[in-house]
Amino acid sequence: MIPAAFEYFAPGSVAEAIGLLEQHGDEAKLLAGGHSLLPALKLRLSQPGVLIDISRVAELHGIEAGDRLSIGAATTYAAIASDPAVLGGCAVLAECAGQIGDIQVRNRGTLGGALAHADPAADLPAVVLALDAAIAVQGPAGARSISADDMFVEMLTTALEPNEVVTRVTFPVLGAGEGASYAKLKHPASRYAIVGVAAYVRLHADGSVAAARVAVTGAGPRAERQHATESALVGSAGDAAAIAAAAELAGESMEYLGDIHASETYRRAMVKVYTRRALEQAVARARG
Amino acid sequence: MSTITVTVNGKAHTSTVEPRTLLVHYLREHLNLTGTHIGCDTSQCGACVVHVDGKSIKACTVLAVQVDGASVTTIEGLAPAGELHPLQEGFWECHGLQCGYCTPGMIMAAADLLQQNPNPSDDEVRHGLEGNLCRCTGYHNIVRAVQYAAAKMRGDEVTA
Ligand SMILES: Cc1cc2nc3c(=O)[nH]c(=O)nc-3n(C[C@H](O)[C@H](O)[C@H](O)COP(=O)(O)OP(=O)(O)OC[C@H]3O[C@@H](n4cnc5c(N)ncnc54)[C@H](O)[C@@H]3O)c2cc1C
Ligand code: FES
Ligand code: FES
Repeated sequence: MIPAAFEYFAPGSVAEAIGLLEQHGDEAKLLAGGHSLLPALKLRLSQPGVLIDISRVAELHGIEAGDRLSIGAATTYAAIASDPAVLGGCAVLAECAGQIGDIQVRNRGTLGGALAHADPAADLPAVVLALDAAIAVQGPAGARSISADDMFVEMLTTALEPNEVVTRVTFPVLGAGEGASYAKLKHPASRYAIVGVAAYVRLHADGSVAAARVAVTGAGPRAERQHATESALVGSAGDAAAIAAAAELAGESMEYLGDIHASETYRRAMVKVYTRRALEQAVARARG
Repeated sequence: MSTITVTVNGKAHTSTVEPRTLLVHYLREHLNLTGTHIGCDTSQCGACVVHVDGKSIKACTVLAVQVDGASVTTIEGLAPAGELHPLQEGFWECHGLQCGYCTPGMIMAAADLLQQNPNPSDDEVRHGLEGNLCRCTGYHNIVRAVQYAAAKMRGDEVTA
């Protein structure tokens, strides 16, 4: 299978990429790792006239450690999964990135591409939501930051404006009393999430739950916070009974997708199971 | 058309390609390196795995223009001419193939795995090859073949 013909540009900077996007309008698409876009082009599901390859723009690469972790949009999953600063400060991100597809997918696929594409079965959106990451974007009107809660609007649709480029994503560095986990039921062939749950908790000194953020991906058209589960957990002792009760509330008010891989009923059941597993592990990690 | 310069198996090639040319087609049809196979053509099977700057990737899901300036290694370049790489020897000795269709991709993926982890457990070998499908042998002998190569590359005694 061969994509329809297109013109190809490999700009050297984000500014240049934005200029090309403006110049070519609806005809143009950004290309990063290509592991969602190229399969679609090969099937001719999409036939853009212009591809703007940002995968080798230097300013979109690299992981900067500080109060928060700042990760360039074109950084690959493999680079994230093996980075010492990520493993030390935000291990759940490495845990998630390291479970995407297979090693060849992880050597190409990028953080920015995964978030901009917003595939309903993508893993990283759940972690981005649970950790309250901030998505830095640049466009013709300048730079702005999109909060994780605002980013995922609908299936394959984000808060990005036309001609905007995701440049960096910043994640918190977790400290004492904080823990996070990603639990995934993977499709056995593609390893996309049939259900994926990311959980974050912060505990008081007495071990009770001070804050919780839980997000589900794979089950519905978009990755979504689970507010009922979060509220039930906050103020509780964070013990097995409290976690089980909170997990039962997960997925109750969500829209579901059913397909040949898993029915809506099965996904609904698995959301609760994987929410419980993710929370148990997040709390265990927070207790150290 | 785009002009690209790619070092393939140590030799620099300057070529003019259509931007839509996939890396796997560039290797097979422009450079006549037909050791890299096309199986599924949908990024699932790993028959097309090659190394770009030392990392394994699926060449059916990368454009040739995306490797402009990069260094590519295919199955043909894994060992010097006339010699077998320990992985090639391992697949031979341990009966790690039947039809051989998946083998170039298996070996290139395994070579990347052994670079990262010279002493993998059987589980780690299976996990490391999760992007590669074989429709003939079952995976048992493939794991043995990779372990044979791993042992040989570590300088341990090898048994087929
Ligand atoms: C075999 C296989 C298995 C996979 N398994 C999984 C899995 O288990 N879990 C999972 O989450 N994903 C999986 N994927 C998808 C993979 O993660 C993709 O890499 C990802 O969805 C897209 O990232 P990319 O960098 O490849 O983007 P591309 O495919 O290059 O681009 C995707 C879209 O995002 C846009 N885009 C890219 N970068 C930016 C940017 N910086 N700013 C704005 N827009 C941008 C592009 O214009 C395009 O519309 C799999 C893919 C394959 C082929
Ligand atoms: S041909 Fe590339 S993965 Fe199957
Ligand atoms: S040996 Fe035939 S597909 Fe693997």
